[in-house]
Amino acid sequence: MAPLVLVLAACSGNGPQSALEPGGPIAKDIDGLWDLVFWLATAVMIFVTILYVWAIWRYRERAGDESEPKQAHGNTAIEVGGVVFSVVLLAIISVPTVRGLLDVRAIPEGPDVLQIQVTGHQWWWEFEYVDETAPDGRTLITANELHIPEDTRVNLTMTSADVIHSFWVPTINGKRDVVPGRSSNLTLIADDPTPPGEPIPGQCAEFCGLAHADMRIKLHVHTADSFAAWVEEQLAPSPLPAEGTAAAAGWDTFNAVCTTCHQVTLEDVEGEVVTYGPDRLITGGDVEFRSSFGPNLTHLFSRTTFGSGTFPLDVAHLTQWVDNPQALKPMDPDRNDLASGRVLGMPDLGLDPVEIAQVVALLETWK
Amino acid sequence: MTTTAADQQIIRSPGQRGVWAWITTVDHKRIGLLYAVTAAAFFFIGGLEALLVRTQLFGPDLEVLSAAAYNQLFTMHGLTMVFLVVMPIAAAFTNYFLPILIGARDVAFPRLNAFSYWLFLLAGLLIYSSFLLGGAPDGAWVGYAPLSTQLTEVVRMDFWSIGLQLLGVASIASSANFIATVFTMRAPGMTMLRMPVFAWMSLVVAFLLIFSLPSVAIGLFQLFLDRNYGALFYASAAGGDPLLWQHLFWIFGHPEVYVLVLPAMGIVSEVLPTFARKPLFGYPFVVFAGAAIGFVGFGVWSHHMFTSGMGPLAEAGFGVATMIIAVPTGVKIFNWIGTLWGGKIKFNTPMLFSVAFIAMFTIGGLSGVTHAVVPSDTQQHDTYYVVAHFHYVLFGGAIFGYVSGVYYWFPKWTGRMLNETLGKIHFWLALIGFNLTFGPMHILGLNGMPRRTYRYPDGLGWANWNAVATIGAYIILLAFLVFAWNIVRSHFLAKGERVGNDPWDGRTLEWTIASPPPVHNFDEVPVVHSLDDFWHQKYAEDEEGRAVRMPAVTGGALTVDKKTGGEGDDDGEHLDIHMPSPSYYPALSALGIATLGAGLIYLPWGFFAVGIGGAIMLWGLFGWSLEPVTKEH
Ligand SMILES: [Cu+2]
Repeated sequence: MAPLVLVLAACSGNGPQSALEPGGPIAKDIDGLWDLVFWLATAVMIFVTILYVWAIWRYRERAGDESEPKQAHGNTAIEVGGVVFSVVLLAIISVPTVRGLLDVRAIPEGPDVLQIQVTGHQWWWEFEYVDETAPDGRTLITANELHIPEDTRVNLTMTSADVIHSFWVPTINGKRDVVPGRSSNLTLIADDPTPPGEPIPGQCAEFCGLAHADMRIKLHVHTADSFAAWVEEQLAPSPLPAEGTAAAAGWDTFNAVCTTCHQVTLEDVEGEVVTYGPDRLITGGDVEFRSSFGPNLTHLFSRTTFGSGTFPLDVAHLTQWVDNPQALKPMDPDRNDLASGRVLGMPDLGLDPVEIAQVVALLETWK
Repeated sequence: MTTTAADQQIIRSPGQRGVWAWITTVDHKRIGLLYAVTAAAFFFIGGLEALLVRTQLFGPDLEVLSAAAYNQLFTMHGLTMVFLVVMPIAAAFTNYFLPILIGARDVAFPRLNAFSYWLFLLAGLLIYSSFLLGGAPDGAWVGYAPLSTQLTEVVRMDFWSIGLQLLGVASIASSANFIATVFTMRAPGMTMLRMPVFAWMSLVVAFLLIFSLPSVAIGLFQLFLDRNYGALFYASAAGGDPLLWQHLFWIFGHPEVYVLVLPAMGIVSEVLPTFARKPLFGYPFVVFAGAAIGFVGFGVWSHHMFTSGMGPLAEAGFGVATMIIAVPTGVKIFNWIGTLWGGKIKFNTPMLFSVAFIAMFTIGGLSGVTHAVVPSDTQQHDTYYVVAHFHYVLFGGAIFGYVSGVYYWFPKWTGRMLNETLGKIHFWLALIGFNLTFGPMHILGLNGMPRRTYRYPDGLGWANWNAVATIGAYIILLAFLVFAWNIVRSHFLAKGERVGNDPWDGRTLEWTIASPPPVHNFDEVPVVHSLDDFWHQKYAEDEEGRAVRMPAVTGGALTVDKKTGGEGDDDGEHLDIHMPSPSYYPALSALGIATLGAGLIYLPWGFFAVGIGGAIMLWGLFGWSLEPVTKEH
């Protein structure tokens, strides 16, 4: 039965977050190794099962048989044969394992490599495109939804602002832990662009506390042109809302309350670009990482989801979220301590319904 | 029974009934039963926790449990099953049968044995008291830093670190005891290579624990100091290293896996020959393979950390070492099949569970080999595939082995058989429920479902298999309710068939003595002439090598009288056998240490409890060392 289950695993329809549906060369290599070891293991299982079932069936006690079995004590030739047999099988697996390992772990280098720094937070992801800069020197910072061009080697350099997380988009590569105080690398290469609005899912794979299940990742894969367009759009600041609108009232609230944790880059009527909100750097190994207290909200409405890939980005959900974030996602903001850098989620801000609607109206302008 | 001064002088007054007799007992069999009953209770609690977890995961985005409750329940499920169920059930079998299997009257240090049990029980109760004191540990059983050191103002992870520390002390004490027992208490003629495989595996496990527990003990101390005194061992911002915890934990944690499963392999290696009516095939190879698994098991801990960020060379090394472990494991499996080959197999319930053990363990072993393929493991790590793997090893493996042991040795414990029909119902429900629960988890993991997640969205293709797994979990519950009823019915309602010394036509020394055994086990210390000595007393071999029943076994060391023993009917008094007297000092010492530990959780106010606990502990230890082992003539 269980071998049958394993066979089903190899053949049944898999979901969009399946390691068995590789969408890039690295995941394909890993899947190839899996296939090798899976079929070898299955062959061993079938062999052992046949021996075993035969022994059980053939040598069962039968009614009326009074004879006693022969008292065999062992057979050294069989023992040695068994050992040699298993050593050979394992040698067959170990060679491609070590080769594949060195390939997977190699950090890509060269001018064509897209460098992205990743900071894991309880419970969201921060991405900084360190080589994509605006004329004023700002780098591209976004959260939870990662955008990459197709057929391009992407080097993620990752650290954590708090506890250990693990970055995992199974169709592109295996997972890699994101450890505070260290930097780790993971290479992403995706074969095909994703349809607009249908990013590839992934999620944090190392237990990181309350909302570990809701620390998801969305990966958008673009053609080279559409990636360039996306970068340009993200680097261009949204305008501050015009006076007298609901969004403008929302901005007063946002600037007074939300910028304690969230960054946003905006342009005023004089054309001056200002990034509001906290700017913090942390070190992981010998690398410096951008580390805000909450997701950067610049161009929020260009994303498809919020809450670290957990909720669809629409007015209804956002209104609920701004009203009472913990009703949607389990967090522990009562224990936040910004001075020591401890952030365990978004607190209930105590805004009234009018203020909430104004803030959401503001967010809607950040397309 | 009347207790005279003379009784008090030379025996351990086993006839006393009531709670006090159990608290002061130093009899390895009673301590074994205490371990068994405690482990059974924790098994149902840990199982209930698993059922709640499975209920929450029955469908996408269910709200049966909050995230906070879910995290506590899966943490406690893991902690409970590893430390409060499988380790103590192994300790139960080892306590009860290790001395008997090697022809001894007790373990080397009977009072230390009692101490180990009481400390284990109190540590378990301490950990569980957290549910009533603000919440249970919620950082997973592995307690990775810095998540486990993050919220120092919430004490639940202190329950975890102190509780594990106390359990470790209990395990080290009992391991030293078992090692001393094997090395010094074997009957005349019981050479090492005449010891039953179960005794061998107990010995290997004891060494594994002695060498592995100090590592996690140091880790737990550091973690405790980090949490309570800002020691910063694992605080990266201050130059500490969170990965250090992972190394210290897994240097213990990986050998721990073999601690959990090797005794079950020992049981299977006893059950198969008995029901196939053939000696264990390749006995020295099975023994050596067990020792090799234990030894190599110390060199593979980092395969739990293939995504943590070691260098690729280290990863390659640990990957290959992990593959090497498959070799001795394969040796065991082939020898078990060899034992069945050419036999005459009776499928009583103990045998069914042992047969299933081999099949399920083989699946778990093979899925383990897939983890050694490091790149592939970066996909499987921390997913339900891993959850499936280790449940095939530890449930379909270890637990099935221990259940087999319960059916096998139950008549020795109680003098009554478990019901075969109920046993078979239990077996088939357990086998089907188990595979329904854990088989689909392989698929879920490969399809990207991470473990330790309290909810999952629709649309990732996980809903159906999760529903199947949850249904399977309820079938497992049903199976073990049948088991519980079988035990209650046979023993407590006295409906089990009464049996004599040797209901299975067994091979080893425990079947030579009464069921249940007398307090002193053996009227005369047996003299052992071969492996499976008792079998050779009963059977010779004809020229073809077939077993031939010998006329009757008489006299000598291996007397097969039908005297009912135990419970004061035969206290060995007439044989002038000196057994150690009961003592409450082991329990008192354990109480002192547990109180001290409880105080550490609530520092600084807990220093009062630390002081009181320390005083009780010293009282216990002084009393222990100053009281005479047996009262004087
Ligand atoms: Cu995380």
